[in-house]
Amino acid sequence: MKKFLIFFLTVFVCFALQCTVFKALSFANISPDLLLIITSCVGFMKGKKQGMYAGLLCGIIVDIFFGNVFGFYSLLYMYIGYVNGFFNKIFYPEDIKLPMILIGASDLSYNFLIYFFLFLFRGRTDFVFYLLHTIIPSFIYTILVTIILYRILLRINEYLENSERRSNSKFV
Amino acid sequence: MKKKSKFNLPGKYVLLALTVLCLTLIVITYKFDISSTPLQTVSGYIFIPVQRGINNLGLWFSDKADNLNDIKALQEENDKLKSKIEELTTQNSLLESEHYEYKRLLKLYDLGEQYANYDKVAARVIGKDSGNWFSTFIIDRGSDNGLKENMNVISDGGLVGIITKVGKNWATVKSIIDDTSNVSAMDLKTSDTCVIEGGLEQMNKNQDMIFTKMHDSDSNSQISDQIVTSNISDKYLPGILIGYITSIKDDDNGLTKTGTITPVVDFEHMQEVLVITALK
Repeated sequence: MKKFLIFFLTVFVCFALQCTVFKALSFANISPDLLLIITSCVGFMKGKKQGMYAGLLCGIIVDIFFGNVFGFYSLLYMYIGYVNGFFNKIFYPEDIKLPMILIGASDLSYNFLIYFFLFLFRGRTDFVFYLLHTIIPSFIYTILVTIILYRILLRINEYLENSERRSNSKFV
Repeated sequence: MKKKSKFNLPGKYVLLALTVLCLTLIVITYKFDISSTPLQTVSGYIFIPVQRGINNLGLWFSDKADNLNDIKALQEENDKLKSKIEELTTQNSLLESEHYEYKRLLKLYDLGEQYANYDKVAARVIGKDSGNWFSTFIIDRGSDNGLKENMNVISDGGLVGIITKVGKNWATVKSIIDDTSNVSAMDLKTSDTCVIEGGLEQMNKNQDMIFTKMHDSDSNSQISDQIVTSNISDKYLPGILIGYITSIKDDDNGLTKTGTITPVVDFEHMQEVLVITALK
């Protein structure tokens, strides 16, 4: 329960920041996707199932406020969380390279999928333009934010794991 | 310890189930256009106050920062302004003559009165689209203030967009520069109708919007003509200013024209908007 509350609080703060502060700090109309970073992080820190639930929650929030149809972003975030969970086995907290690669790859695939489903299907075929003006800048910005946000999320994760261990040993 | 042994379904089955659920939801919401779900109401209570708070905090900070910068900037500005005054005096005389023409045209279309008589609700922009692909934003007024879907939103005297979702104390506005936006419009001078398409690509490249299908057989439309929402649109009220023509050219078919317009609204720095509470 406590785990869920803290997780929800993190998502909540990140969503609020993403829609306000980071939009004000955007370069050339591009801002980083904090929810994606969270989803991805939960995925490789906690495993497939948790990643999936985290993605689902983030996706639902985006769907409620900005989705044209309900469920599209939920689906997208959910799969990103799930796929990131596969890398749980080779994840070591001290190593920041893997998280950066995974989050970068998640951001790229997320934006590719959005382009594919929501733009290409409406006949916007100038892929190179969207690649250069939205996908790549978003990728770079998200990676930069990852460096800071990852450490915060790692702290939260460590705190949760420690408190879990403590409460477990209490009862055993 | 007890919890874990209770119920443990393998992840992939849950994923499959949720995928099916999402897909059904996508189909349902796409087909039936369900607008106000309980989730929207609940999330309105959770997210909106915080976003509003952060927004106010941001405004306070920018206010303070502005004050510090002001002194330095004021001196520079003073010099600039002096030279600008001269420029503006000449421009003013030009505008006055244009204003006269504008008034005359307004009378002609009987739009001025309509425009002023609409009831409006002022709202503050408290959050923007979380992604980078679309141009929607959240305002801090909702069904409590009488807002409904498809209400028109204006700012700076020009059309901003249309309300697409309404919660109890929030609403989402799709701006006219959004990639999926199409507005039926007309040239105020010639009444030739056209369609204005928002576009991420166009807005990024040139800061303007494309209009297409203008039926202007007499070639009366010119650059700098005012484009307003047309009276044949089913969602937008007639006569709301959208922007000015910046380029115009004949289509290959020889019947219609295509070109670009520059919107009057500054979509980057929008803080407050007015929602017209009349529906068409």
